[in-house]
Amino acid sequence: MREIYLDHSATTPIAPEVQTAMLEAMREAWGNPSSMHLFGRRARDLIDESRVTIARALGCLDAEVFFTSGGTESDNMAIFGAARVAPAHRRHIVTTTIEHHAVLHACQRLQEDGWEVTYLPVDPYGMVDPDDVRRAIREDTWLVSVMHANNEIGTLQPIREIAQICRERGVWLHCDAVQTFGLLEVKVDELGVDMLSVSAHKLYGPKGIGALYLRGGVKIAPLLVGGAQERELRAGTENVPGIVGFARAVELCEQLGHEQARHIWYLRERLRQQLQECLPDMQVNGHPIQCLPGILSVTFPGVSAESLLIALDQRGIAASAGAACSAGSIEPSHVLLALGMDESRAMSTIRLSLGRGNTPEEIDIAVEIIAEEVKRLQRRAVASAPVQGI
Amino acid sequence: MLPVYLDHSATTPVAPEVLEAMLPFFDRAFGNPSAIYAIGQEAREAIERAREQVAHLVNADADDVYFTSGGTESDNWAIKGVARAWRDRKNHLITTPIEHHAVLEACSALREQGWEITFVPVDSTGMVDPDEVRRAITPRTGLITIMHANNEVGTIEPIAEIGAIAREHGIPFHTDAVQTVGKIPVDVQALGVDMLSISAHKLYGPKGVGALVVRRGTPLRPLLDGGGQERGRRGGTYNVPGIVGLGAAAERAMRCGVEEMERVRALRDRLVEGILQAVPDAVLTGHPVNRLPNNAHLAFAGVEGESLVLSLDAVGIYCSAGAACSSGDTEPSHVLVAMGIDPHLIEGSVRFTLGKDNTPEQIEYTIQQVVRAVNKLRSLRVSG
Repeated sequence: MREIYLDHSATTPIAPEVQTAMLEAMREAWGNPSSMHLFGRRARDLIDESRVTIARALGCLDAEVFFTSGGTESDNMAIFGAARVAPAHRRHIVTTTIEHHAVLHACQRLQEDGWEVTYLPVDPYGMVDPDDVRRAIREDTWLVSVMHANNEIGTLQPIREIAQICRERGVWLHCDAVQTFGLLEVKVDELGVDMLSVSAHKLYGPKGIGALYLRGGVKIAPLLVGGAQERELRAGTENVPGIVGFARAVELCEQLGHEQARHIWYLRERLRQQLQECLPDMQVNGHPIQCLPGILSVTFPGVSAESLLIALDQRGIAASAGAACSAGSIEPSHVLLALGMDESRAMSTIRLSLGRGNTPEEIDIAVEIIAEEVKRLQRRAVASAPVQGI
Repeated sequence: MLPVYLDHSATTPVAPEVLEAMLPFFDRAFGNPSAIYAIGQEAREAIERAREQVAHLVNADADDVYFTSGGTESDNWAIKGVARAWRDRKNHLITTPIEHHAVLEACSALREQGWEITFVPVDSTGMVDPDEVRRAITPRTGLITIMHANNEVGTIEPIAEIGAIAREHGIPFHTDAVQTVGKIPVDVQALGVDMLSISAHKLYGPKGVGALVVRRGTPLRPLLDGGGQERGRRGGTYNVPGIVGLGAAAERAMRCGVEEMERVRALRDRLVEGILQAVPDAVLTGHPVNRLPNNAHLAFAGVEGESLVLSLDAVGIYCSAGAACSSGDTEPSHVLVAMGIDPHLIEGSVRFTLGKDNTPEQIEYTIQQVVRAVNKLRSLRVSG
């Protein structure tokens, strides 16, 4: 059976070049980068080079890049770190209802400590209205956190406009760019953000490594303390092979440039159009244009997403309902509910996320299988529905 | 024979069998373990296997093992997570002045939140007196955190005695076992600890992964909030190859750790004996017996530790003047200061930490080079 991986928003495979670079780092530069001797210096050099690569991609200074254990830590570090340095009279955060749980749960934890949090609504496409941000910012607002693109439906947020507002009001803006970095151009100055989270394993790099961009002058408190690493903002022996792999993965994305996104968008459109033809009652979620090239969130009325995913898995197609992080939960996605979708439709929604390794041929096979399984499940749903009106 | 790497307490290379175990999870089985499909499941199974391997090494329940990004995160989580769980009910913790900075700074962070900290003293060998711990306990004590073995001088603390005291008083007890796991037997039941920090890269596993072993019922809130990973206690996509690597390193330690360490201990003893015999005014710092089998922490009067490290670096021997994490610090080691070591000796101290690949030839060469370098540095000092 042919395996077709359509869950690139959950994670991506490591690119062969990335693996090679990591193995070399493990063999040749395995010292502790804090050691003063040769073994340490070799490792330190690799970290420095990697930081430059990532800074270049983000369009920032290398001193503004801080390595973390991944997107979740970056989000937590930004929010908790900013909160820790807030003056007592500014304990209000503005965020959205569709953020990743790494942001939402961090905000909820701050609420336990007496912070106030405004969760902005989104329109039916999943888009935040910058005017809502403007209205939500108060005298006591300390931080705004809005994701660059949503991980379930792919909608891109108007970060530039939001950043403009934050700047006018003197409020820090954090942006979770885990889904966009590597795929779209993410330049911190163009976006105008103060903090930005990125993760390596979403861009064909290794798991367990990410980074937080902190604009020069944005001084937050560390989350992990106990060592002078990362200019005293993130303690812990550096994950050298992870950092090297991250940088190599970013380099590869840069080399592929727009071609990568174009290829993925082409496949996504091919998938969407063909599915639409076979399954006219399918609903596509998210913004039609302001969206990630690779995410296709679709609702099949009357079909249980869970049953569909299991059926697809048995036929070699890997996809997911909502975010992988909550794949184990049977709760409807908070993102889909925020779009105004009812629970039953939310529970009939799956996410197909494409990557650079997918081929048109795979898409055609996937369409065939998805259409078959959806129709089978719809027939079953009709057959088992209670007879009404007698 | 060269290079001679004698800085295994800073980090260790990934063992070949560990790397072997990790490789499939870079590409073939790369799926996100939280997904329901097959490639996610393979990763999930591998994680559970690793959890068992780690549990086995420290005699814990697999369900009590939580994966983290390393020792620093484990320490931060244990300390801040317990404090958070207590909220305002407890606000006093007991620790020692010789802990790793990850523990000391996490404690300082709690102090900012109104916690009071008691540092129980250590004796001149770096040993904590359990009775001091008992005396420090108050009704407001919500945590005791004392390292299993010190990362600089290698002294092994009387954790089981302290564990019994903590249990008697119902106080959560955390130990940073980053330096001991894989080197000496670590048994969370026998030690009576509620939380234990582990780092993979100190036992021939990869960097960027570690674990916190948490006994059921320990009051502990998450440090990293996010998805529901690690049973809702530690958010973040699983670092699958890293976790598999930690598991493989644990299994490796289980299989050959004891034997390996007996061999390392003999080499270490030879190194200490060789140096002390040939160099006057040199002392072994730390405890003479209760110390890590691979640790030789020596102080040389009339020599700058940093200069000695650099002289040895020039002849292919790599050691350190303290913990790697504070390399470059101009401050004297907080550990040696707490032990009451003579400031002149502190200045002249060097840490050699041996590992599985060191050979008797390397040790003889090191003895010879240390003697040469110390004599040279001392003569420079006299003539200068």
